[in-house]
Amino acid sequence: MRLRSLRVRHAKERIFQGAFLAGIAVALGSLAFFLADILAEAWPALRPEILVSFPSFQDPTRAGIAPAIVGSLWLVGMTLLFSLPLGVAAGIYLEEYARRSRLARLLQAGVANLAGVPSVVFGLLGLMLFVRGLDLGPVVLAGALTLTMLVFPYVVITTQEAIRAVPASLRDGSLALGATHWQTVRRQVIPAAAPGLLTAAILAASRAMGETAPLIVIGAVVFMKFLPYGPDSPFIALPVQIYAWTGLPQDEWRSLAAAAIVVFLGILLSVNLGAILLRGKLQRRW
Amino acid sequence: MAATQTPTLSRMRVPRLLSSLPPGGAWRRGEALIRLALFAAASFAIFATVAIGGVLLFETLGFFQHVSAWNFFTGLSWSPDIEGLFGVVPLVTATLLVAGGSALIGIPIGLAAAVYLREYAPAKVRAIVKPALEVLAGIPTVVYGFFAILTISPILQRWFGADFFNGMNAIIVIGIMIIPLVSSLSEDALTAVPVELRDGALALGATRFEAMSGVVVRAAFSGIVASFILAFSRAIGETMVVAIAAGATPQLTLDPFRSIETMTAFIAIRSTGDLPVGSVLFQSLFAVGFTLFLMTLALNALSSRLMARVREVYA
Repeated sequence: MRLRSLRVRHAKERIFQGAFLAGIAVALGSLAFFLADILAEAWPALRPEILVSFPSFQDPTRAGIAPAIVGSLWLVGMTLLFSLPLGVAAGIYLEEYARRSRLARLLQAGVANLAGVPSVVFGLLGLMLFVRGLDLGPVVLAGALTLTMLVFPYVVITTQEAIRAVPASLRDGSLALGATHWQTVRRQVIPAAAPGLLTAAILAASRAMGETAPLIVIGAVVFMKFLPYGPDSPFIALPVQIYAWTGLPQDEWRSLAAAAIVVFLGILLSVNLGAILLRGKLQRRW
Repeated sequence: MAATQTPTLSRMRVPRLLSSLPPGGAWRRGEALIRLALFAAASFAIFATVAIGGVLLFETLGFFQHVSAWNFFTGLSWSPDIEGLFGVVPLVTATLLVAGGSALIGIPIGLAAAVYLREYAPAKVRAIVKPALEVLAGIPTVVYGFFAILTISPILQRWFGADFFNGMNAIIVIGIMIIPLVSSLSEDALTAVPVELRDGALALGATRFEAMSGVVVRAAFSGIVASFILAFSRAIGETMVVAIAAGATPQLTLDPFRSIETMTAFIAIRSTGDLPVGSVLFQSLFAVGFTLFLMTLALNALSSRLMARVREVYA
C-alpha cells in the first residue's frame, strides 16, 4: 500500500466518519419525519370515537376501527396459543436434545428457510391448506393457523438463543443430583430462560399483529358490520383495515387510515415497551 | 460460544446413561415420550416447508396444463384478463427493479450505520441508536406503504413527472425499511472478527478508517455480503409497500417513475377477489408464488452459506 501524507489520511478519516454518521442520520431522520408526517395527517381524524365505531363505505367521519381491533386481538391471541408451545418445544428439542446430529441440522435448516419465505406465500399456503383444504373458510382460526406457520421460526430461534444463554453449570448441577434430562430442562433450564422466552412471545405477537399480506390472501372482510366473535368468525385485522382505506381516493379516508396507524403503532409500541420493562425486571446475570 | 465447546456433562448423551440405571421403566418411557413430543414440534419446520413447496408445486403444475411453462417464463406480456397472456417477465423485472433500487439505497446506508456503530459511536449514542433502529425494523410494512403514497408520491409527481403509483415510491421506502436489517447483520459480521486484527492494524499506524476498511471489513466480507443478499431477498418478498404504492399495471419497463406491478403485488391485489378455484387466473397466483418462493429460497441459501463461512473462520 502506498502511503499518502498523514494530513490526507486524517482528512479521509474525517470524511468517512462524517459519511457513516450521515448514514445513521438518514435512517433516524426518516423515522422521525415519517412519524411526524403520519401524526399530522391523522390529527383531524384522531377522535376517541373511532375506537368504538364500525368501518363504513359512505361516511369517513363516522367510520371506526372497533372490529379491526377486536379481530387483531383474536388473531394474535390464537396465534400465540398455537405458536408458543410449538415453537418453544421445537427450540428446546434443537438446543437440549439434538444438538449436533444430522437430523438436527436438517430441522435447523428448515427453520431458517421458513424464516425467509415471503409472507404473502404463507397466505397462498393458508388459502389452500386451511381455508379450502380443511374447509374452514376465511375465518379467525384459518388466519391464526397461517400466522402460526409464519411466526414459528422466529419463536424457535429466539427460544434457542434464550436457552443457549443458560450456563451449563446449572444443568450439570441438576443432572449430578440425579434429575432426569426432562426434569433438568423443566425445573432449571426453562425457568432460567424465562425472560428470553418472554421476548419470543413479544416478537411473535408483534409480527402476527403487523402482518397484512397473508390475511388479505386468505380473505379478510374489509367492511365488517359486527365484531369478530370467535375462532369461526369472519375477521378483519388492523393492518388490513388500514390497507383498505389507503386504497380510497378522498382525503378523509386517508386521514382515517393515518389515525388508525397512530392507534396501531401505539399498541405495538406499548406492548414492546411493556415487554422490555418486564424483561429488565426478570433478567438475571450469570 | 465458548461454553458450548467445553465438554461438559450435559453434552454427554445423558439420557442414554440414565436409562441404563434403575428405576428404568416408567421413568424411561416418560422421558422418551417427552423427547418424541418435542421432536414432533421441531419437525413442524419441515412439515411447513414441504407443505409450502407441495401446494405451490401442485397448483403450478395445474397451471402449466393451460399455459405452457415456456410461455410463462419467457412471455413478455402479462395480461391475464383480456388477452389471457401469462408471461411472467414483466412481473419479474418489476420485482427486480424495485428490489435492486431499494438495495442501492438501503445497503450503503445500512453498512455505514453498522461501521459507525461498531467503530466510532460512543456508548451513549449506541444506547439510543440501536433501539431506534429496532423501532424502524418493527414498523409494520403497511405503514411504510402508506407513507410512500402520502409523502413520497406527491414529491416525485411534482419533481419528476412520475405517475401517482410508481416504482420509485416503493424503492425509496423499502430502501429505508431494509437499513436496520443490513446494519444489524453487518454489525454481527464485524463483531465476529477478532479485535486483535483491528488492534494490530492500529498499532501499525493505520487510521481507524484504514483499519476498518482495509482489515475488519475485508475479514468480515462474506458476512457483509450475506447481509446484502438477505436484504435483497427481503425486498423481493416485500408485499404491502408495492401493493399500495407501486401500482397494478404490469408493464415491461425499467423506468422507475411509471406504474408497474411486482410479483408480490399481483398476488396480494388479485387474491382479494373471490376467484373461482381451478380457474387459470387462480392457478397463476400459485405459479407466480412458486417463482417467488424459488427466488427467495436460492438467495437465502446462498446468504446462510456465506454467513456460516464467517462463523467457521473466526469461531
